[in-house]
Amino acid sequence: MIAKQNTLPRKPVKISIGMVLIWIVLILALLFYLMPVYIMVVNGFKEATNVSLSTMWNLPDSVQGGGFAEAAARLWPNMKNSLLMVIPATIISSFLGALNGYLLSKWKFPGADILFLFLLFGFFIPYQAVLLPLVRFLQTIHLYGTIPGLILCHVIYGLPITTLMFRNYFAGVPNELIEAASVDGASMLGTFWKVMLPLSVPAFIVVGIFQFTNIWNDFLFGVTVVPNPAAQPVTIALNNLSGSFSVDWNVVMAGAVIAALPTALVYIFLGRYFVRGLLAGSVKG
Amino acid sequence: MNRKLIVISVLLVASMLLAACAAPTAAPVATEAPSVATEAPAATGGGKLEVFSWWTSGGEAAALEALFNQFKVYNPTAEIINATIAGGGGSNARAVLQTRLGGGDPPDTWQVHPGYELMGQYVASGYVDPITDLYKSEGWDKVMPQGLVDQMTKDGEIYGVLAGVHRGNGLFYNKAVLDGLGITVGETMSVDQFVEIADKVKASGVDPLCVGDNGVWASAQLFENTLLGVIGPEKYKGLWDGSVSFDSAEVKQAMETYGKMLDYQNADHSALSWDQAVQKLMEGKCVFTSMGDWAYGEFVKAGKKDNVDFGWVSHPGTAGSFMIVADGFVMAKNAPDYDNNILWLKAVGSKEGQEAFNPLKGSIPARTDVDRAKFGPYHNWSMDSFAKDALVPSVVHGSAAPADFQQALNDATTTFIVDKNVDAYAAALVAAAKASGFAK
Amino acid sequence: MSTSELVKPLTEASQVSKTKPKRPLLSVHWQSFLLMLPTYIAIAIFVYGFISFTIWISLSNWRTLVRDMSLREPLLANYADLFAMPRWQADLRNTVVFTVFFMAMSFVLGLGLAILLDRKLFAGTVMRNIFLFPYALSFVVSGVAWRWIFNPEAGINVLFNILGINAALTALGVAPLQPGWATDPTVVLSLNHALAVIFPAVGKLQMQFGIPLAIVPVAIAAGWQLSGFVMAMYIGGMATISEEVREAARIDGATEWQVYRRVIIPMLAPVTISLTVLLLHTSLKIFDLVYTMTGTGPGFATDVPAIFVFEMMFKATRYNLASAAAIFMLIAVGCVIIPYLIGSFKESD
Repeated sequence: MIAKQNTLPRKPVKISIGMVLIWIVLILALLFYLMPVYIMVVNGFKEATNVSLSTMWNLPDSVQGGGFAEAAARLWPNMKNSLLMVIPATIISSFLGALNGYLLSKWKFPGADILFLFLLFGFFIPYQAVLLPLVRFLQTIHLYGTIPGLILCHVIYGLPITTLMFRNYFAGVPNELIEAASVDGASMLGTFWKVMLPLSVPAFIVVGIFQFTNIWNDFLFGVTVVPNPAAQPVTIALNNLSGSFSVDWNVVMAGAVIAALPTALVYIFLGRYFVRGLLAGSVKG
Repeated sequence: MNRKLIVISVLLVASMLLAACAAPTAAPVATEAPSVATEAPAATGGGKLEVFSWWTSGGEAAALEALFNQFKVYNPTAEIINATIAGGGGSNARAVLQTRLGGGDPPDTWQVHPGYELMGQYVASGYVDPITDLYKSEGWDKVMPQGLVDQMTKDGEIYGVLAGVHRGNGLFYNKAVLDGLGITVGETMSVDQFVEIADKVKASGVDPLCVGDNGVWASAQLFENTLLGVIGPEKYKGLWDGSVSFDSAEVKQAMETYGKMLDYQNADHSALSWDQAVQKLMEGKCVFTSMGDWAYGEFVKAGKKDNVDFGWVSHPGTAGSFMIVADGFVMAKNAPDYDNNILWLKAVGSKEGQEAFNPLKGSIPARTDVDRAKFGPYHNWSMDSFAKDALVPSVVHGSAAPADFQQALNDATTTFIVDKNVDAYAAALVAAAKASGFAK
Repeated sequence: MSTSELVKPLTEASQVSKTKPKRPLLSVHWQSFLLMLPTYIAIAIFVYGFISFTIWISLSNWRTLVRDMSLREPLLANYADLFAMPRWQADLRNTVVFTVFFMAMSFVLGLGLAILLDRKLFAGTVMRNIFLFPYALSFVVSGVAWRWIFNPEAGINVLFNILGINAALTALGVAPLQPGWATDPTVVLSLNHALAVIFPAVGKLQMQFGIPLAIVPVAIAAGWQLSGFVMAMYIGGMATISEEVREAARIDGATEWQVYRRVIIPMLAPVTISLTVLLLHTSLKIFDLVYTMTGTGPGFATDVPAIFVFEMMFKATRYNLASAAAIFMLIAVGCVIIPYLIGSFKESD
């Protein structure tokens, strides 16, 4: 083995049997992971008469509108609903999570840990266990079937995980900053506002992306809380599209691509923060 | 400091309330202003109308549009809210509807199947108002078959008006393939004849029966059609009032026959939806499909010709019976737009409305006085049958039995498809009928 | 300051406040509590309050559109009915089988890819992003695609033909590979006969306790979607393992493979535990993927509790039965999550 002089790379790049094997496995893995994306995109571009189960692997004859025009037309109202729902829900739940995380990590009162346990359990529950009362509650406050009602659901049920993620993040912020602010006469909230928030921009991005993805991809709340198809998020609309009788499959596939687009774009351009979000939320340091 | 704290706390609570009140423009939701029920004058304009259905696909949506156009003749300026929910043959829509009704937020009117779905769910729960007067004032009592109207009547009050009637017990086949094998299908088909033909088809290497039972209802429908064919319409009707038991000898015989039919089906049936099965039939990969005549719309859409590319006959053994899968509309109790709803129901029951709706939908009108020339050979055949055959309700489509029996039937059928255990199937149905309350 | 001290809560704060010129009305602990109170109230209502209500429904007689909250006699009859249903028994079996296959696939792929990518590679970051990409997608979106891929008439089966695999198999005299995937109702390794020796009642069960083949494609789809997440977690975990540790192992004579097996993977144990909990809890609750991809499957081979609850609640209007199933799901998830939560909090204190 060549003596290692650098810290990066760990291994010198040389063509060995090991590397070849590794590459073969990686390429197979790449094909496996990209296969469904290929199916969706390729079949989305086909014209209605061409698309059927037997020809699904073939490339489209010509790359024109395919099913995209119709899928976009059908799904655009639902895309708007999704955006109208996801953006406020993400912002609000992130902000509240930041506040809670700050309080829990820097100003822990006796009993906070136990209460936090109860809070965190809320992230893990199967939502089926709260569906019926939730629907009744929303009907009582006249938010059933509305986008704000859905926002409320996502904000409240998002509180546990955003709190956890911010708590973990703030735990890594040195306490000296808090002390310094206190000595300067700042209140608890003042410190939050002036000191912690500016520091937590990376965390906001991470939590924001995490919440954006989860809320965008949600299905159960959307399908239960919002019955009016005109007000439904795009994932529900896609499922309806796929379940409709006599629907053209190229439209369904194109619709799947369209529905996946926002989270995909977020992932492609902000993927670094996405990964950080996963690490922050799941691995307790 | 403390004031600030209090202010912040208030702001916090307010921000959570703000989450509830954040006002992006939500989609229009039916208003809750209750209206006083008066006699319906001929309203000339304005107002809204929310129509709830599961007609989302091509032909269905166009047919619904035709009804809207008829409504607009009576009220050109009303805003029509077309609330449709797709999927599951209406099961998604029903779920949504039930939730809305439970929460006191009904649409003005909704699509409903007669029989249990209407009477057992909505009438019994007090969610709909009767429209008996409309039948007299519009003359519907003279042109709609009594058997149909009875399915929507309770204590002399009628609770809905039907737009169109689908036939559930049809058997469509790929004529080209059968011609190629030298097989002709007559005017009717008995179960034995079906078995004979199916064996010949199977011997030639083609699947005889196309089934697309993703969601299981298509196979449950195959069962109810077969059941009808084996035990006959009278006994079939007897199942739903408890006079015939699900573990009687004839019913078990029907289950055996159903099991035999399942031997003829395509191997990938559980992956396909019913329309994909019809598509397979059109491609010649299988020959027969037992389906209601909404399948006819698939053939038309694909440009197939009646009696050239495809043919039809009553499901084996069911000649003389007409399994009703009808669609109609109701008047919601405390409907937000009562007057417009009356006009809508008039449009649904009108001759012009039904003549426009049904050719697009693929069903036949509930009225018997329509212009036959507007309908093709299949529908004329169906209308003849409708006029003289025994009318029976479909359980798979919600008319014959309550929703929980329907679910139990679907579940028991799912298990039967795999293990073909007749005794267990019968026992499950007997238990479900008892639990549902319509059998002892 | 050492890291452990940094994580500890700020007890000095109360001392600092005592030296401030003005003494606030409420101590910082009270302020903190009150500021978090809205959150606690919300969770108390929306989680615990609602769960309690669902428990009540699960003990009630409510089984039609007309609400009937009277308690059932005997009290747990709904649960008894639930477990007597062949469909629910199948759901439990399916959940177990799905969990095993799904977790195996996720861990093998996730850890394997993390190890493979644990070196400088051309386009390594791109590849890592591609592997993680499915995690960003909705289960509905992937369910739609995988449904087609696993259709026995097309999809992978056609691919086997195109790639010549079936031609090769036929040439070898073996039957071509055309599995039924999610349409195959076969249940292999059925334990009913074996179990019936101990519990005679098992012999009368309609449900076959074995491995339903149809759930395998669903597990594959779920594994595809989440193995990237597992990989990312492991990559993150491995990044915290310093080079010195690896160097030390190498100096001791370990090969690269042994470095992984003996040193790195054991050091990743906390990550593995976290992942096990997260994946387990996902598989117990899985809904949209199965719903979109296969529905309940032939003979309930792919039915899962979440679909059962959904159908019973909204199609069959059997609210009490659906609630009983939902509470059972909650208990199952709780058995996994509660020990984990308590354990992880005992550590950090």
